[in-house]
Amino acid sequence: MMKMSIRKWLKVLSCAAVIVGVSGCSGVEPWVKPYERDRLADPIMFLDHDPVSTSYMHHVFESREAARGAQGSVGGGCGCN
Amino acid sequence: MRNVQTHLIVWLTAAMVLANGSLSAAVLPDDRADVMYHRYEGDNISIEGPSVLLRKSVGKSLSVSANYYVDMITSASIDVVTTASPYTEERTQTSLGVDYLRGGTMMSVGVTQSDESDFEARTYSLAVYQNLFGDLTTVTLAYGLGNDVVGMSTDPTFARDVTRQQYGIGISQILTRNLIMALNFEGITDEGYLNNPYRSVRYLDDTGGYSFQGERYPNTRTSAAVSISGRYYLPYRAALNAEYRYFNDTWGIVANSWEIGYTHPWRDRWTFSTRYRNYTQGQADFYSDLFPRIDAQNFLARDKELSEFTSQAVRLGVAYDFGREGMGPLDRGRVTFFWDRMLIDYENFLDLRVTGVVPGQEPVFQLEADVVQLFVSFWY
Repeated sequence: MMKMSIRKWLKVLSCAAVIVGVSGCSGVEPWVKPYERDRLADPIMFLDHDPVSTSYMHHVFESREAARGAQGSVGGGCGCN
Repeated sequence: MRNVQTHLIVWLTAAMVLANGSLSAAVLPDDRADVMYHRYEGDNISIEGPSVLLRKSVGKSLSVSANYYVDMITSASIDVVTTASPYTEERTQTSLGVDYLRGGTMMSVGVTQSDESDFEARTYSLAVYQNLFGDLTTVTLAYGLGNDVVGMSTDPTFARDVTRQQYGIGISQILTRNLIMALNFEGITDEGYLNNPYRSVRYLDDTGGYSFQGERYPNTRTSAAVSISGRYYLPYRAALNAEYRYFNDTWGIVANSWEIGYTHPWRDRWTFSTRYRNYTQGQADFYSDLFPRIDAQNFLARDKELSEFTSQAVRLGVAYDFGREGMGPLDRGRVTFFWDRMLIDYENFLDLRVTGVVPGQEPVFQLEADVVQLFVSFWY
């Protein structure tokens, strides 16, 4: 039951990723221009400013909890560079 | 060996340590070094050690990283006191990773090896990041494969295998000049020996008291987690962040967690931060604090990590930037201190250190812990 659920999730999300990817080729105009991303480039806005600390805290929590995964580490960032 | 749950973290953490710096989008992460001392203290367990993370680019399209992490454990926890003997142990974990950037696409590969006296784990990870829509969007696909060998200190011939696979997909999106959000999904499958060979369950015996027998877990587990997170830039240069995660698995566990944080720079060099995190979970289908008889059912667990509980954590943090004018080959540095206070209220895990009461009438267990991190970071 659960395996089916995950497969369904993956199918939906994979399709979404493909659609987004294909759409990316059609030249969507960025609504936040590169020169408007100064605030997002501020270190206080980094989703993961200290990876060594983030990983350690995930370790601390997940060692004591049954839940795991999707801890906000996949994805993220502003493409400011 | 502490807990099978813990060992999953070996490779999840490894994958994150290697990838986190680069998961910020399809751009190569900064060249930096982090040297950290970490310490956990709670329930008569102390875990401390160093973690060193080095990252260096090679040319304009390649970045390599390495992490060395140690847990030195001294434990006289409630599990140990009630069913075993206090122990000391050390776990070392070494990770290597490579990121390759080409246009708006980045690929990351990594391998991690974790060793302790009665447990070995090796993990391979692969991730692809794609920037889209003028770099407003980053899509991530990730896969991990872990192979563990579970041992037993009291039986040198004991060795059981576990195989784990991780599937992740994520998207991060710049929504406005002040707001970035991320949506992540992760599925994990485990197959093999998933219980802890040292853990026991208790059951009512014929004397009116209770006895112990070994835990028995299913040999498979599949879980799914989805999270949404965001970070917002406040008008006076500060940041608010929030995250929510939903989790369930084939063992019947459902969990919800959320957190909110605030980051506030002060003057030129200081940054203060705080965070509150709340986590609740229901019990596994086969968990019980006290089974009615021996072999009461096929699967048996009394691992408190599989019980029903609520966990809260509060953080205070401060960081100080130095050396911006340059320090030889280094561009700048930062020293950071985090203190987290954790409180876990178990709903149906009872404190067996309390004796002289009818089995099942012991008070519920509560765990308080402090987690301290002190680390220095250098950019070069």
